[in-house]
Amino acid sequence: MEDVDDKFLKKNKEVPLREELRPRKVTTPDGQEIEIEPLRDYFCEAQPKVHPKAYSKIVEDFYNWARSNSLWILGFGTGCGAIEMRPLMTPRFDAYRYGIQWRPTPRQANLLVISGYLSVKTLKRAIRAYEQMPQPKYVMGLGSCTINGGMYWDSYNTIKRLDDYLPVDLYIAGCMPRPEALLHGFMELKQIIRKGEAEGANKYAENFAQYKANQKAVIKDWDMPDYNW
Amino acid sequence: MRELLYRLKDRYHFGTPTFQRDDLCFVTVKRSELRAILTELRDVEGFTHLTLLTAVDWIEEQQFQLTYMINNREANLTLALRVMLDREDATGDTIHDLWPTAATYQRELREMFGINFPGSPRVDEEFILEGWTDLPPYRRDFDTLAYSQQTYHDRPGRETHDPKTHMQKVLYADYPKGAK
Repeated sequence: MEDVDDKFLKKNKEVPLREELRPRKVTTPDGQEIEIEPLRDYFCEAQPKVHPKAYSKIVEDFYNWARSNSLWILGFGTGCGAIEMRPLMTPRFDAYRYGIQWRPTPRQANLLVISGYLSVKTLKRAIRAYEQMPQPKYVMGLGSCTINGGMYWDSYNTIKRLDDYLPVDLYIAGCMPRPEALLHGFMELKQIIRKGEAEGANKYAENFAQYKANQKAVIKDWDMPDYNW
Repeated sequence: MRELLYRLKDRYHFGTPTFQRDDLCFVTVKRSELRAILTELRDVEGFTHLTLLTAVDWIEEQQFQLTYMINNREANLTLALRVMLDREDATGDTIHDLWPTAATYQRELREMFGINFPGSPRVDEEFILEGWTDLPPYRRDFDTLAYSQQTYHDRPGRETHDPKTHMQKVLYADYPKGAK
């Protein structure tokens, strides 16, 4: 590349943990001295597990058919694609007729649509949201920003490949994809689920250490537990 | 606008004013006089609105240029005052007591350019970036492309063409003569 400064080297300094998250001794109101470690005390430490398949193929296929007809999306918009999702909720495109709807909390959703570029700051929130969703769960990446960085290919604060950090089941190309392309993407995702190939969440559980290493390499001030139940 | 500058130029040191439009003028002032000029413009001349406060990195001159753009809504005039700062250990004078909004601009300049404004509220807190440890990213010695290549992984297969050489190859394949 012509424009790159060969001599420029980024600094790899550690960011210290915020003071309120550090393990320390505190005095309770009744005078007792206790040791606390905020990142471990309030969260479950168990790692995610692979979601087991049903005992026979025909039952698993039935499950997958049922799952594919209930895609509930977490209403978490990043980047400009969040605007393309809004028309889908209107009578003109009406995604609800396909069993697709938007939910306000990750606990009620099973599809996370990353709708555009993710800055490092938003990536942290997206990871938290993804990990809080109950299995089986799926991730869709919208637009060229999630595929290879798109127009943010030289940005200092925007990730380039979403699948380094979250397991992506399906990408929709475009900058931005129109609502029709999104609808088509949902139909494709349904077929993938019915075939039993939407194994993103299991991939995440299997390669958990690798995903965490990638995430921690860019999110310097890691102030949450390793897995957010 | 010109008449305003004529009135003020006896008492303050102004550089040559640049008129972009009749109602938009840029002028360089001395750092020590900035506060007096801003106060007078705000209280006497009716420039009540701070439109923006931004910086330019003149790395070759080893200087930062701060631009204070203020607006007089009654007369529909916009005046931008430029102040030059040393780039080394850059420190500006806070004006958050003249315009409270300046505190936000100063926090941004502190984070993105590394220009400190001692005394400005919450100026040492993070503004947009989280856990940033490198050079302030808007400085010109910070290479954002090199940084992104060292931080984020590329997906193989992405091809980029330099527009100039690519179009020259497409449109004028045999230029210069005998190149083909």
